[in-house]
Amino acid sequence: MREVLEGSQGVARAVALCRPAVVCAYPISPQTHIVEALARLVSSEQLTRCEFLTVESEFSAMSVAIGASAAGGRVYTATASQGLLYMAEVVYNAAGLGLPIVMTVANRAVGAPINIWNDHSDAMALRGAGWLQLYAMDNQEALDLHVIAFAVAEELRIPVMVCMDGFVLTHASDVLEVPTQEQVDTFLPPYAPQVRLDPDHPRTFGTMAGPETFTETKYLQHLRMLDAIEVVARWVDRYREVTGREAGEPVTRFDPTTLERDRNAAPVGAGEIAVVAMGSVLGTLQAGLAPLVADGVGVRLVGVSSFRPFPAAALREALGQAERVVVIDRSLELGNEGDLSAEVRRTLGDDGPPVHSVLAGLGGRPVLESLLAEAVAQARAGTLGALTFLDLRPESLPFAGPHATGAPAEVAP
Amino acid sequence: MIQVRIHGRGGQGVVTAAEMLARAGFLAGHEAAAIPSFGSERTGAPVVSFCRFSSRPIRTREPVLAPDVVLLQDPTLLSADRPFHGLRSGGLVVVSTGHDAEWVRQAAGADDQAVAQAQILAVPALDIAMRELGVPKPSAAMLGAYAGARDHVTIETVEQVFRARYPGAVGEANARAARACYELARTALAEEADRREPSRA
Repeated sequence: MREVLEGSQGVARAVALCRPAVVCAYPISPQTHIVEALARLVSSEQLTRCEFLTVESEFSAMSVAIGASAAGGRVYTATASQGLLYMAEVVYNAAGLGLPIVMTVANRAVGAPINIWNDHSDAMALRGAGWLQLYAMDNQEALDLHVIAFAVAEELRIPVMVCMDGFVLTHASDVLEVPTQEQVDTFLPPYAPQVRLDPDHPRTFGTMAGPETFTETKYLQHLRMLDAIEVVARWVDRYREVTGREAGEPVTRFDPTTLERDRNAAPVGAGEIAVVAMGSVLGTLQAGLAPLVADGVGVRLVGVSSFRPFPAAALREALGQAERVVVIDRSLELGNEGDLSAEVRRTLGDDGPPVHSVLAGLGGRPVLESLLAEAVAQARAGTLGALTFLDLRPESLPFAGPHATGAPAEVAP
Repeated sequence: MIQVRIHGRGGQGVVTAAEMLARAGFLAGHEAAAIPSFGSERTGAPVVSFCRFSSRPIRTREPVLAPDVVLLQDPTLLSADRPFHGLRSGGLVVVSTGHDAEWVRQAAGADDQAVAQAQILAVPALDIAMRELGVPKPSAAMLGAYAGARDHVTIETVEQVFRARYPGAVGEANARAARACYELARTALAEEADRREPSRA
């Protein structure tokens, strides 16, 4: 049934349909509405056989999640920004212990300066923690990804962060379709861990690994991460079979004319400009690039949903013969470039097309269709720099310009 | 695409108004989306929210820059919050005030082109909210006025979404506020039409 729902309410209902055994949370904007909704579902007994735990910090939230998951329960939590960083130590432990926890990261900037608004800095800080990171382009995908995430996590025994843009998605209301309990039960097998903490059959989890075994442990974790992209893709296919919906393809393709999602869309053609993005800015690009497409400008849209594992092969294939690649980055590695750009550049290699990093929407600055279209027009004219701060306001800077942030990237001969 | 911007102050239900409007619009047959803006400490501070209706799925996430309709829940924001900014030609501005449209026009800056061209509907939404709900939350009344002025949503869908969201007395009170303001808006617009074209009376 299609209905208007706030993104957070949609996610809470999707999580509840996955029948979690334990939900633990510490409140931080902008994820709070999700766990508040789950708390109501538990207290009103619409979600049964689930323990909802409030804790005194994010560190404790993840610690509870680890304990509950090790004991064999399906576990969910959510956080954002400083909360994610505060739990960082135990985030790594969840991955190292192979515990399939699913956590929403309602993406938000990281201080200082303190800022509660949306960008991708928080999740990016923990991209190397050994978790999968799946990014939602809209609220429908956000709620669908949570169902997929439990299946993927439990098969791989790798925890999953489902990343959705804070406020822009979590607090926005859209026409959404929540899967039925029957669909979720068909899709998602009951969680049956191979090993779990059980007082009647004592085991040790999380032993020390000395120099004689740590390398091998990391090697095995690495191999499992290499398996992950195929596992994600397989569950995405299965989800489509069960629900009829497209969600979570590691690389999202779009129809060249309508700019609607189309997994069968042809790769980017020779002479075309590719715009690569992740998260809700893809929707604004769908709208903002439409006038360019209508004018016959050769511009294509490509989305990245799976940031960890990074779908290098699928992205190379989707980018095809692109002449230039404009990456809309929602986070910056200071002194370097946008985090997504760095991945795209590495994926395409030194012989690939020029990659332009366009930083947009840092700390919640509105990302406007017109600004995105202008960046693409500049790329087409060959005047877009290697690194651009979209909507940089010189009048707010303490010194006079020019504020060039990079030389125009040249097309390889 | 119909684009709506709602201005008010934190605590007046500005964000809820956008969500309720999206729900009413969906029930009226549109694709709909509502986007709030948020700050970190907002009670009493200016708050803006946005809503869009379309016959096709809505993809964009940018704020509404060129609204067809503006709902102003607090007239003290008339000069400070630039509620007429970007209003499309022929656009509608519904203002919660005990004054009339001419007062709104003067307070907003009558020499401003957007103000001069706008259709202004002044309704005592706050008074109606205090009477029906007992709290200064004029959103339902404002949406009722909107339903009276445009066919994007109907008064029935506005009543329906408030009853569904707040089952019981609160929902009924909101539905009454919406209906009362809808009737006022219909009367005011009919009188205005008569003034412009007396022969139609």
